[in-house]
Parts: sequence; C-alpha cells; structure tokens
Amino acid sequence: MDLDALTGCLASSACLVTQTTSGFIIGMLLFLVAVGLTLIFGVLKVVNFSHGAFYMFGAYFAMTAYQFSGSFALAMLCGAAGTAILGLIFERVFMSRVYGADVLMQLLVCYAFVLIFDDVVRMIWGPEFKSMGMPAAFQVVPLFIAGGVVPPYYLLLIGVALAAAMILGLGLARTRIGKVIRAAAHNPGMVSALGINTGLIYGGVFALGGMLAGLAGALAAPVRSLTPGMGFSVLIESFIVTVIGGMGSILGALIGALLIGMIRSFGSLGFPLFTEGLMYLFMVIVLVSRPTGLFGKEVA
Amino acid sequence: MTELQAEQGAQALDVPHAQAKTRRNRDALIALAVFVVLALLPAVFSSKLLLDFVIRCAAYGLFATSLNLLVGYTGLISFGHGMFFGLGAYGFGLMMQKTGVPVPVAFVATLAITLVVALVIGAICVRLKEIYFAFVTLAFQMLIHSTILSWVSLTGGDQGLRGGIPRPPFLGIDLSNQLHLYVASCALLVIGLFLMHQIAQSPFGYTLRMIRDNATRASFIGIDVWRAKLTIFVLAALFASTGGIIMALFVSGAYPEFAYWTISGEGIFINMLGGVTTFLGPMVGTVLLLILNDTVTRLTEYHGLVLGVVILFFAIGLRKGLMDFVVEWYAQRRGQRP
Repeated sequence: MDLDALTGCLASSACLVTQTTSGFIIGMLLFLVAVGLTLIFGVLKVVNFSHGAFYMFGAYFAMTAYQFSGSFALAMLCGAAGTAILGLIFERVFMSRVYGADVLMQLLVCYAFVLIFDDVVRMIWGPEFKSMGMPAAFQVVPLFIAGGVVPPYYLLLIGVALAAAMILGLGLARTRIGKVIRAAAHNPGMVSALGINTGLIYGGVFALGGMLAGLAGALAAPVRSLTPGMGFSVLIESFIVTVIGGMGSILGALIGALLIGMIRSFGSLGFPLFTEGLMYLFMVIVLVSRPTGLFGKEVA
Repeated sequence: MTELQAEQGAQALDVPHAQAKTRRNRDALIALAVFVVLALLPAVFSSKLLLDFVIRCAAYGLFATSLNLLVGYTGLISFGHGMFFGLGAYGFGLMMQKTGVPVPVAFVATLAITLVVALVIGAICVRLKEIYFAFVTLAFQMLIHSTILSWVSLTGGDQGLRGGIPRPPFLGIDLSNQLHLYVASCALLVIGLFLMHQIAQSPFGYTLRMIRDNATRASFIGIDVWRAKLTIFVLAALFASTGGIIMALFVSGAYPEFAYWTISGEGIFINMLGGVTTFLGPMVGTVLLLILNDTVTRLTEYHGLVLGVVILFFAIGLRKGLMDFVVEWYAQRRGQRP
C-alpha cells in the first residue's frame, strides 16, 4: 500500500490528467470488448467465454497487416473485419450447435476455444512478445494539458471508441435492423415466426461482437505488447465490466468500463500489488448491493 | 438439468431406516475394500510415478467431487470453488511453517478456518442466482488470489510458500515418506468420497436435488432454501480444502495458482468430462484429465490445442460427460430388451 503516492497524485493537476487519461484508455478498450460481450449475452443468452480471443486476434491481425502494408487505417480495418468473419464462422459452425444444451456445455465449448485459439496464435506468430510499434503519423510531440502528458494517439483511441459506442447505441435504438435485433433478444420465437431468419441475426450479432473486440485489440496493438493468452486478462476484466454495468446493458458497459479504468489507473498508484483485488472488491460490493448490476434489467 | 437427473431426484424419499442403515454399511464395506486395494497397489507396482499419480488424483478428485455437490446436485454453478482448494493449501502450509503444531491439529485447524470463510462468503453468494452466483464466486476467488499475491510478508507473493512444509511424524505416520503420504492420501480420498456419498444419499441430498429442479416449489413446502444452499456450500468447501491440504503436502508448498480461477475452471471441466449425474463421474473425469494432461504434455508443446479438441468432442459430440453417456447408453440398452 502506498497511500502517499495516491494523495500526492490527487493533489497534482499534472498527475491527475495523466492518470485520468490512462484510466480513459483502459476504460474505452474494455468498453469495446465488454459491449460485444454484453450484446452477445443480451441477444443469444450465451456467455461468450472465448471473447478475449477475438481481442487477441484483432491485435495480431492489425500487427500483421501493418507490417505488410505500413498503413495504419488498413491495420485497423483488418483487425476489425478479420475478427468479424472469425466470429461469424465460430458462431455458425460451433456455438449454434449448443444453443439448446446446458449452460455448462456452452461454457465448455468456449473454454475449448480459449485453449485452441491461444495455441493457434502461438503456432502462427510464435510464443514471444511482439510489438506493432506506433505508426509514424502519431509519433509527434504529445499534448500537455494542465501539465499532464497526453499522446495524440490516446485521443484518437478514445474518439474511435466513443464513436463506436454512439453508432452502436443509435443503431440499436433507431434503425430497423436494431429493432429486429432487440426483438430477437426479447422473443426469438416471435421474430422467426414473422419470417425473419434468426440464425442470420445470431450470426450477425456474434460477428458484430467479435468485430468490436477485434477493433479494441487493433487499437491496443500500438500501445500494448502482443502475446498469446493476452485476451485472457481482458476477458476477465470485461466480465467484471458487464457484471457491474448489468448484463445486456450498453450504457452499463460504458459506465462500468470507465469505473474499472479509473480504479485500475488510480489504484495502481495507491495499491500497486492489490490493483486487481480492488476491481474484484468493487464487483463484490456492486453485486451484493445490486445483484443485477448497476443498469441491469432488460436487454439492449 | 437432464432427464436422468430428474429421474434421480424422483426416487422414493421414504427409504425405511433399516434399509438406509444396511445401505450405509454396504457403502462402508465398499469404501474399505477400495482403500485396501489402493493401499496394496505399491506392493504390486513399485512405480513412484503411479503413487504420485494417485496422490494427485486424490487431491483433485476430492476437489472435483465436492464441486459436483454444488454443480450437479444443487445446480449452483460455482466459478470460485478453487478458492477453498487454495485456502486449504495455504492454511495448512502456513500453519505447519509458522506454528509447528502437529499435523492432525493443523489439519483440523485448516478445516475450521475454511468453515468460517466459507460461511461468510457463502452467506453472501447463495442469495444470488445462476450466472450472478457464478460471477460473485469468481470475484471472491480472485479477491483471495489477489490477497495472496499482495500479502507478500505472509504468503511469499507470487513466489508461493516455498522452503518446504515441515511434516513431523505423528502416531507412527511420517508424511515426508512418499509411501506414508500415499496411504494417507488414499485414506483421505476414500473417507471423503464415502462422506460425500452419504450426504448425497441422505434426505438432505434429496432436498438439494429438489432445489436444483424447482427452488420455488422447495420453498413452498417449507424448505429454507438459503440455509440448505449455504450448508452444502460450506460442506463442499471443507472437502475442497482437504484436497488442497493433500496438494500442499504433495508439492511441499503452496502457490498462487492453487487459488487462481483456472483451478475452478479445471474443476468444472473435470465434472463435464466425467459427468455430473453420477456420483463417481467427477472421479472418472479427474483420472481422465490427469492422464490426458500428462500424455499430451509429453507428446506436444501445443497441449491446449489437443485438450481443446478433446473438450469439443465431449461438448459437441457427446453433449454430456463420459459417465453420463455410459449410464444413459446402458439404461437405453436395458430398456430396449424385452
């Protein structure tokens, strides 16, 4: 425990800005992963335990595309599109077979793929740490806000994540497809009786969730190191986010992610060894006082 | 969960006392026979590896079977059962390292600590349902894991409890001798399985099945569901803790991985592999997983890949654990006979 460091930081505007930015970065990346998780749970009623793998694939796809093309935009596109396709295949070929089965069977299929995907990445990209490197366009002088250092890439990252959140939220609320998805979450039998292909919706939602996780991975690739198994801690954290926010709630995922981001960022100052413990403690407190999470009620 | 479980739950509850007693005696005899066979094993096969294998089976088997009391019998899918495995290992290891009390005292004291911790955590967790129960147990597990990692002065942090656990002889038993440890582990395993089987077959055990199948109905006929769930949560924790103690004795230490969520994941996986509707399913699963792990690790460095494919076979191919599959197949075959 190092409370002096924490109070010292809270008193300094420079440190405050730096830590808040880093909390935002953690939070926005977590949000992109968690919102996919919550969407898949909301519509398919499946707890996708392999969701972290999509984050990992997003990062590796982006790194590979960047190495071949040198284009940052293409890298982001490959990360997002690649995982969307992967999600679609995964859902149609494997997950769709265990919809009627026990919850445990669904978890087991996902668990199997966590193991498989990690080893596949190890086979293709090797077991060692990789790094994509910061694209040249962002290797510029960082901004100084109230004495705190804010790299421009961080602003891009936050912007993209917020834009994704807005598009998703508006898309689900306003568009026809959004309405169909919400209807399918609520009553799949009715939707399919109306002549809508629910299998297609399920596949689509899974692909969308995979794409968001892949996008998060791609955005994280320049600032984090890549390793097989990197999806795992992200998965656990995004579970905490969805549970705190309430499973199935997009707003909940956003607020939960930001809370966890701040806890991680400031907790690492005050409780360097117990930062993870703080997250779990927070989750326990939320679940005990509000068993369905802060915004948990209905789906999407 | 499945029709088979429903059938199991629908068995006559009013087994006359005399019949229950003979059944208990029969179970005790079987347990004794199994213990004798296991104890004689080293006389026939003089392989050190085999003894190690059985000791590990005892540790994980007690853990997995106790988890099935929650998952299979009560319908409580716990993701954090491993915390009690870790608690047993750390509690016992610390007690032996720091206090120098005799082994049996440390054993009982560790179970007492587990009892208290499980009561507190269980009282909070069992109020929640389904996926929320799973997550809150997971959170508690990770909280304990984080505490172990951060409380370096007591637990050694990520290095674990090293330097060996002293195992002074007691009553002529010397647990630092592999053969003695083997026999002691077998005894604990057999006693543990016997006790758990008695719990599962008791009226309380049938209450649990009823809660699993229809908790509302159970509470309507006057069962205190919360108390029944808490009781089985604590009992299961005690057996998991015993498994952890065996593990600590076996590796002569305790490591943070013992309290990590992956232990719970493996426990669930063992249950799915072996089957959750038969009492011995988790035991079969334990043996299968350990053999699988040992051979696959020897054959290839990509052992997650192979393990994953095997799991897929069970989950998508069989759609149930091995014992469940065998039992159902056997029941079907018998049913088809004229």
